[in-house]
Amino acid sequence: MKGSLIVLCVFIVGCVLGTTGILPADWQNSHLSTYVLYALMLQVGLNIGSNPNLKNLVKEIRWKFLLIPLATISGTLLFSACASFLLTKWSVFDCMAVGSGFAYYSLSSILITQFKEASLGIQLATELGTIALLANIFREMMALLGTPLLVRYFGKLAPISAAGVNSMDVVLPMISRFSGKEMIPVAIFHGILIDLSVPFFVSLFCRL
Amino acid sequence: MFTIIGIMFTGVAIGYLFKNISFLKKTEKTISCTIVLLLFILGISIGSNKQIIDNLGTFGWQAAIIAVSATCGSILASWMVLKLFFKKGGKQ
Repeated sequence: MKGSLIVLCVFIVGCVLGTTGILPADWQNSHLSTYVLYALMLQVGLNIGSNPNLKNLVKEIRWKFLLIPLATISGTLLFSACASFLLTKWSVFDCMAVGSGFAYYSLSSILITQFKEASLGIQLATELGTIALLANIFREMMALLGTPLLVRYFGKLAPISAAGVNSMDVVLPMISRFSGKEMIPVAIFHGILIDLSVPFFVSLFCRL
Repeated sequence: MFTIIGIMFTGVAIGYLFKNISFLKKTEKTISCTIVLLLFILGISIGSNKQIIDNLGTFGWQAAIIAVSATCGSILASWMVLKLFFKKGGKQ
C-alpha cells in the first residue's frame, strides 16, 4: 500500500509540475515516456528470464486462461453499458466505446475522436475522446494503486482484469508481486489479447 | 505493441542466459523505480495538456463514472471466473 501512495504522490507532483508550464514547449512531442516504457519492459523481461522457476511458469499455461480476457471484456462492456443510465448525454454504445479502451487511453481517445466525428460532429467527438482519455487513465490508476486490495477481496485474477491492456506492462510488476509469479504468463497473455481487441471494439461501438 | 513485446522477450532471453549475475536479482527494485518515473512523466504530460486540465471539471466526473463501472464489471467477472474455474488453484 505504501508503494501505491508513493506512486500516487509522484503522479500528482508531475501533474502540478505540468500545469505550471515551466517545462519546454516541445515536451509533448518528445517520446520520453515511450523510452521509459521500453526500459520498464526490458527489466520486466530480465526479471522473468532470471526467474529460476521459468520452466514451471511456462508449463502452467492452460486453455482456461482464455476465460480471463473473456471475463474482462464481458464485464467491462456490460458495466460500461450500465453507466449510460447515469450519463444521459451519451448513448449506450458511446459508453461502451469508452469502456472498450481497456485502459489504453492514448489509442482509444484518438480512435473515438476520429470515428465519432462523422456522426456526432467535431465538438462532441472531441468531448467523447477526452472522456475516453480520462476514463482510461483513471482505470490504469485504479488498477495500479488498487492491486493489493483487489487481490485481497476479489482474488488473484481481479488486478489482471482491472488493468486491461496494462496487465502486460505497467501493472505487471504489481500483479507479479501480489497475485504471485505464476500469474505472469496469464497477465501477459491477457494484455496481448485485450490490446488486439481495443481497435476492434472501439470501432464497432462507434459505428453502432 | 510488438516493439514492447519484442523488448520484453529480449529481456527474458538475456535474463535466462545471465541468470547467475547478481545484478539481475535486483530488478524488482529498479522496476519499482521505473514505474514511479513513468507515472511522473504521465503526470507531467497530463498536467501540461490544456485539453485535459481545462475540461477536468466538465468531463472528469463522466469519465470517472464510466471508469469505475467498467473496472468494477471486469473485477466481478474475473472474480466469478476464479470461483467457477480456478477453485483448485485458488488456494493462496
